[in-house]
Amino acid sequence: MTFADWLSDPVNWVYLAIGAAVVASAFRVVTSQNVVHAALFLVATLAGTAALFLMMSAEFVAWTLVLVYIGAVIVLFLFGIMITRAPLNVEPGLDNPKARPLAAVVSLGLFVLLAYTSLQAFGSDQLTDVGTPTDTVTLAESLIVRFVLPFEIVGFVLLAALVGGITIARRDLTPVEEEERGAV
Amino acid sequence: MTLNDYLPLLVMMVLALVFVGAAVLISRIFSPKRPTVEKSAPYESGILPETEPAQRFPVKFYMVAMLFVIFDVEIIFLFAWASRFNDLGWYGIGAVAIFTAFVLETLAYVWKRGALDWNVKHRARYMTAADREAA
Amino acid sequence: MDLIDFGLIVLRVVATFALLLIVTPLNIWAERKLLADMQNRVGPDRAGPWGLLQSFADAIKLFFKEQVLPTKAEKWMFLLAPVFAVVPAFLLFMVVPWGAPLTFTIDGVERVVPLQGTDLNVGVLFVLAMSSMAVYAVVLAGWSSGSKYPLLGGVRATAQAISYEAALGLAIVAVVLYSSTAGDSGGGTLSLAGIVERQSGTLEAVLPQFGAITQFIPRWNLIPQFVAFVIFVIAAIAETNRAPFDLVEAEQELVGGFHTEYSGSKFLLFFLAEYVNIFSMSALAATLFLGGWNGPTFDSILPGFLSAAMPTVWLLIKTYVIVFVFIWVRATLPRMRYDQLMTLGWKRLIPGALGWLIVSALVIGIRRFGLPFV
Repeated sequence: MTFADWLSDPVNWVYLAIGAAVVASAFRVVTSQNVVHAALFLVATLAGTAALFLMMSAEFVAWTLVLVYIGAVIVLFLFGIMITRAPLNVEPGLDNPKARPLAAVVSLGLFVLLAYTSLQAFGSDQLTDVGTPTDTVTLAESLIVRFVLPFEIVGFVLLAALVGGITIARRDLTPVEEEERGAV
Repeated sequence: MTLNDYLPLLVMMVLALVFVGAAVLISRIFSPKRPTVEKSAPYESGILPETEPAQRFPVKFYMVAMLFVIFDVEIIFLFAWASRFNDLGWYGIGAVAIFTAFVLETLAYVWKRGALDWNVKHRARYMTAADREAA
Repeated sequence: MDLIDFGLIVLRVVATFALLLIVTPLNIWAERKLLADMQNRVGPDRAGPWGLLQSFADAIKLFFKEQVLPTKAEKWMFLLAPVFAVVPAFLLFMVVPWGAPLTFTIDGVERVVPLQGTDLNVGVLFVLAMSSMAVYAVVLAGWSSGSKYPLLGGVRATAQAISYEAALGLAIVAVVLYSSTAGDSGGGTLSLAGIVERQSGTLEAVLPQFGAITQFIPRWNLIPQFVAFVIFVIAAIAETNRAPFDLVEAEQELVGGFHTEYSGSKFLLFFLAEYVNIFSMSALAATLFLGGWNGPTFDSILPGFLSAAMPTVWLLIKTYVIVFVFIWVRATLPRMRYDQLMTLGWKRLIPGALGWLIVSALVIGIRRFGLPFV
């Protein structure tokens, strides 16, 4: 299959358009001067990614992405913004030009790693039945039978993450201090 | 079952967006537009706002969001398991039970640390002796 | 998939949309009338017979009201918030099946029209995803208004919504778990049409040992999953920000909450979304627990078109029972304090739902696979 063949299929045009939108909004996430805008661009990026998953017949993964990332993780980010010094408007200090070379190296390395592993894993495999979503049968069985150990480890990692988060975030305040800071 | 299932959702989304757009635009035609300084000031029950709205929120909100992320992941896994409950049998129950135990432990930890206590008075029991001295 | 199929889809979607737009003002009227009755007042009675047109009049009035844009507001975010409120509200109802599939023959081709927006494989996930998208309306409205009360209300509302969404999700897991073992149907499903299908027939199919009486009890999830039902309804009331969980717009402390700065048609959109959500959540509760559109169709007594409409009638009756509960609760219970709300959510409902899920899994496991380690 040549690139021209690939382009001749209208489905791939949709794929390209969504992909471009994802990249564009991902770019705005890092360039936006307003943290809340950045979080909203991240929502757009994730929504586009979910749409790409849908196009690749991964229905369950797509909605999981919406539910967990858009519904929970970004809300966590927004709360993170609200509990810190609340730079709810433009924050020029967000730019850190000194760190740019390092960031470029890290993101390039991550990109190469992901591209390499995806190519190694799938190579030129093609989805034969685009449009037929994978049912949850296969998914549940591979999750709980084949990948049971990673599955349990995820549970442990989540626990560790929360304990760590609380230890960092929460010095137990006295009621007097609480009162001073104002109840909600 | 094909991706055609998503066509109605797309149509509905377009319809809802058109409806929202129409509602805002139509009312823009018919409604008066006479802004005054007082009218467009932030509403504070008639008092002039003295401080910016942005202030720090208690960290408890962040805790709740963190806990919710964990429960969301748990719910996703539980859905995958519950829909294949029959085929997975006791093995599935066991695998999910271990996972759920981690989540329950998380909840218990947060509970014990008092992060779920939003009532200031209830939190007194988490004070150390030094805190009580200070109080 | 041809043009006729596409036409049928568009027709179905437009019908659903119109249904929601017509039903919502009537629900608002019904709520005001019922509350008035419960509080010994008359309620709306001027516009139309029994005040039936009051909500339509209110809606039209709001179109003619000025849309104030506060000076400190972020214009585009301020406009985007009502979009995030309305679109998920309408999409949520799309996965609720509201009648038995109809079969038509057009041009000699038999076409099955499911009376449901769309039957997703992962319908319940979609429901949860949409209700978490609705959180953005509140966050955006609160943040973009540039005013204190909306920001406080928005942050409060978000924490409330995510807390009760966890309980809602766990209650639905219990239903999926139970219906995955529903006898003959083979395996579980996350599609709402599938969950409805597994509730057809009577209890005799599952529990024949209880004798002849089981022939008269419908096989609804309500009976085996009663605890999940209670948790679901409480969480649904909290998700839709209704009394006694309406701290989001606690007038005495927060003025109007997240939509304090909204006026005119933008306020109307928030209001519409709230009531659409109440209706969808009630329909969802009826679908998950009260057997959905299942019910006697009286094939032999009624003429064909009437008995074909009976399932929809059954679903509407069940839905309105739940809507009535929503209104009844609002008239009965005073608003909770914020710490009580969080305690109920995280210390009662969520552990309760998880505990119920464990009990269900163990009981169904023992009934299905026998005791472990034997």
